[in-house]
Amino acid sequence: MTSTDVIVSARQALWEPDEIGEPEVTGLLGRLSAKDIDTGELFFQLVRHEAWGLEDGKVKNGAFSVDRGVGVRAISGEKTGFAYADNIALPALREATEAARSIARTGHGGGTGVLTGTTAAVRYADVDPIASASEQDKVDLLRRIDAFARSLDPRVSEVVVRISLDCETNLVVSTDGLMSGDARPMARFDVMVLAEQSGRRERGVSGGGGRFDVGWLFNTDSAEEYARDAVRMALVNLDAVDAPAGAMPVVLGPGWPGVLLHEAVGHGLEGDFNRKGTSAFAGRIGEVVASKLCTVIDDATLPDRRGSLSVDDEGTPGQRTTLIEDGVLVGYMQDKHNARLMGTASTGNGRRQSYSYLPMPRMTNTFLTPGDSAPEEIIASVDKGVYAVSFGGGQVDITSGKFVFSATEAYLIEAGKVGPAVRGATLIGNGPEVMQRVSMVGNDFQLDRGVGICGKDGQTVPVGVGQPSLKIDEITVGGTAS
Amino acid sequence: MKSVAPRSAVADPATLAASLKDMATSILEEAKRQGATAAEVAAGDSSGLVVSVRKGELETVEFTNDRGFGITVYVGDRKGNASTSDAGPDAIRQTVRAALNIAKYTEEDPCNGLADAEAMARHVPALDLHHPWNIDVPFATERAAETEAAGLAYDDRIVNSEGARVATARGCQAYGNSHGFLEASWGTRHSTSCLMIAADSNGMQPEDWYTVSRDPADLEDHVEVGREAARRAVGRLGCRPVKTGSYPVMFAAPVAAGLISHLLSAISGRALYRRESYLLDSLGRRVATEGISLREEPHRPKGLASAGYDGDGVATRAKTFIDQGVVASYILDSYSARRMGMKTTGNAGGYFNLDIVAETRPVEELMREMDTGLLVTSLMGQGVNLVTGDYSRGAGGVWIAGGEPRHPVDEVTIAANLDDVYKGIEGCGDDIDRRGNIQTGSLLVREMTVAN
Repeated sequence: MTSTDVIVSARQALWEPDEIGEPEVTGLLGRLSAKDIDTGELFFQLVRHEAWGLEDGKVKNGAFSVDRGVGVRAISGEKTGFAYADNIALPALREATEAARSIARTGHGGGTGVLTGTTAAVRYADVDPIASASEQDKVDLLRRIDAFARSLDPRVSEVVVRISLDCETNLVVSTDGLMSGDARPMARFDVMVLAEQSGRRERGVSGGGGRFDVGWLFNTDSAEEYARDAVRMALVNLDAVDAPAGAMPVVLGPGWPGVLLHEAVGHGLEGDFNRKGTSAFAGRIGEVVASKLCTVIDDATLPDRRGSLSVDDEGTPGQRTTLIEDGVLVGYMQDKHNARLMGTASTGNGRRQSYSYLPMPRMTNTFLTPGDSAPEEIIASVDKGVYAVSFGGGQVDITSGKFVFSATEAYLIEAGKVGPAVRGATLIGNGPEVMQRVSMVGNDFQLDRGVGICGKDGQTVPVGVGQPSLKIDEITVGGTAS
Repeated sequence: MKSVAPRSAVADPATLAASLKDMATSILEEAKRQGATAAEVAAGDSSGLVVSVRKGELETVEFTNDRGFGITVYVGDRKGNASTSDAGPDAIRQTVRAALNIAKYTEEDPCNGLADAEAMARHVPALDLHHPWNIDVPFATERAAETEAAGLAYDDRIVNSEGARVATARGCQAYGNSHGFLEASWGTRHSTSCLMIAADSNGMQPEDWYTVSRDPADLEDHVEVGREAARRAVGRLGCRPVKTGSYPVMFAAPVAAGLISHLLSAISGRALYRRESYLLDSLGRRVATEGISLREEPHRPKGLASAGYDGDGVATRAKTFIDQGVVASYILDSYSARRMGMKTTGNAGGYFNLDIVAETRPVEELMREMDTGLLVTSLMGQGVNLVTGDYSRGAGGVWIAGGEPRHPVDEVTIAANLDDVYKGIEGCGDDIDRRGNIQTGSLLVREMTVAN
């Protein structure tokens, strides 16, 4: 499937049910083309979603939803007008268009002629994850994984398994006459277990997914692997001791702990905060913002990844953008609006939760590139510290630069060796400062398994993270042990 | 500039309610026709206007506009859900079919089904929730600009702004089920918010403030919103480190509500029946300081979370969840109640206006009592494990020594087990924050680990 085919089928899926055609759409774009409107666009979207949940040994929940609508945006200088319609009928489109263009002071200018389809490399297969297995096969899989998780250890007392599948089609048409579309599959599988032992209960979670159909669950033993991993985490935590408190060296494991990059530098390098000068990284292009071992990249082009995009939600092809190179800040992530105001080009990071939200600069798959150190060597270099391998999530204050991320599986390091597991603890630091303290970077690069969700200004989008093992010389660990 | 009104700003709420109830009725009929033995439907229509201004200039005008419905069908003890943003006749048929298709594959659960018919709300009280604010874009722009200007002018150290935002929204929701219960409710919600950035040689510090209410007449003076954001941002300058150790910690009222929310989550049905709470079998047990009670007032006029019936159609009623530190009631909907062999408490969809009931004291008095410790004004991250009660979050605030505020503190963590935190609450401030679903004053906790 080429990007041209994607546009053709997106037009069919989005326009034909309501008998909308190119004349109607160019007519609406004409209304958006007032003299003092710099650019405007219509974002058509259809999302079908299906999810199944097992708990207490039974598939108890299933849900299906369809959301179909259009977001209309008009931009004039720094001003944005936005409205949306939760259907694609022409009267609703007209109403939303008039509302969005209300920021304009003048009447409409020329119309838009013919629409020209843009081309882009397609980063994932055009598959429908929902239709890729029968309902029966999906619920049987949940039961199988429930039984499997329980069989692994008698201490497993509760198992929750969930499969969540999305099929999105979108089409962006803008006042410059360009049209692009995307067909985005998304599949996700999660396992949560509780283990109990002498009155103590602990939780373990695991899961994965990406932009593909459910084949990865049926043709490999990935689902079993997630279950095994969740059970392992719960059992490890049954023996966890209190985490230490205070500033100390921390070694992060590979893969998902890359949430460090997402929080410590990722958000701070989004174009909007830098245009407004509200990021701790604003105006620092060319400066050293991390240790020279750090190269950080945002890459929408990785095939099939959860954060990947063939084209972003403004129609810009997904790209690979170097943010930090050998410790030096070299680039920001941009959407069209902020790029235009900063006199640069979009990096394909314009994303939105759905048609009912405005696009803004967002991350895709953000990671730190591999270094030279063996992971054992990194751990051996720490006399007393913490080794954290899994996290529940993080948060950042863009302006001050401080960020947190919360470990859900971590161990003490004692005399260069991994010691007992510690209870979950939050790590806190300042992005630019912590990145300067990265003193060893491993050769064991991994991407996460595909479960990341990023929230910004009330909107969530799927993202990926990744990194090799790395050592931070000093960061505050929020435990309770003195 | 031309002004455009949001769609249902012109619609009479009673007319909108009637149309949503008609839609609910036809969805329930379709469900019955297609073979559901029972069904329930929630349909909503909301619209609003959000205007933001930054550095004195209009930044965004957003018209929100959402309509849709969700249906749950039961076939015997099996259940299926489906929802859509489309409300046409074809969409209704297809959505009902999708829900019934799901119900073919889910398993029988005897706890499934509508809440008992006799529990349905019979008389829905008038709650005075609908107070439209018929503002247009120019008015909202000016209001936001004044809010921001007040913040920018407050202090020379205010160097930047994320802007100010004025928002108004109105919504109508209908709920019906195959017991014959069918009701609709509607209300408005308005807010003004502002985020200011202060800076000194050590960098920038952002802080925000907001006001929210059902009735525009109840909004805090918007100029004061801008000033308060600025006051708070300037108050963050000059952070100094503190020594890692165990100290008294006071949660300022706006963050104390979050602390209380974890206790409520731990006594909520879903967490209990999934055994994901550290408070299993806690009914009748002491889980917090004796002096603290948590009371729900669902019928408060103009309440931000007021409701006459819950998400199951069950009548809501005032009740006490925590009585003098003891769990008096779990927070249950009809499903979780059946799972636990209990009766629903009318809390499908959560709790409705939660008040802390305690002897309150001036915050200054609480500071003198704590003598040396941390006043927490902001929290970061997700470090709350309800299964174990382990709590570890990022925090910022003010260092208190000798009973007096000394200097701001940043980039610290606070940690303890929630069981010790709630049992160690030693005082509640008289500075009740009225802006949220949970309304509490500042809470002084005897001891937590502060790491820096």
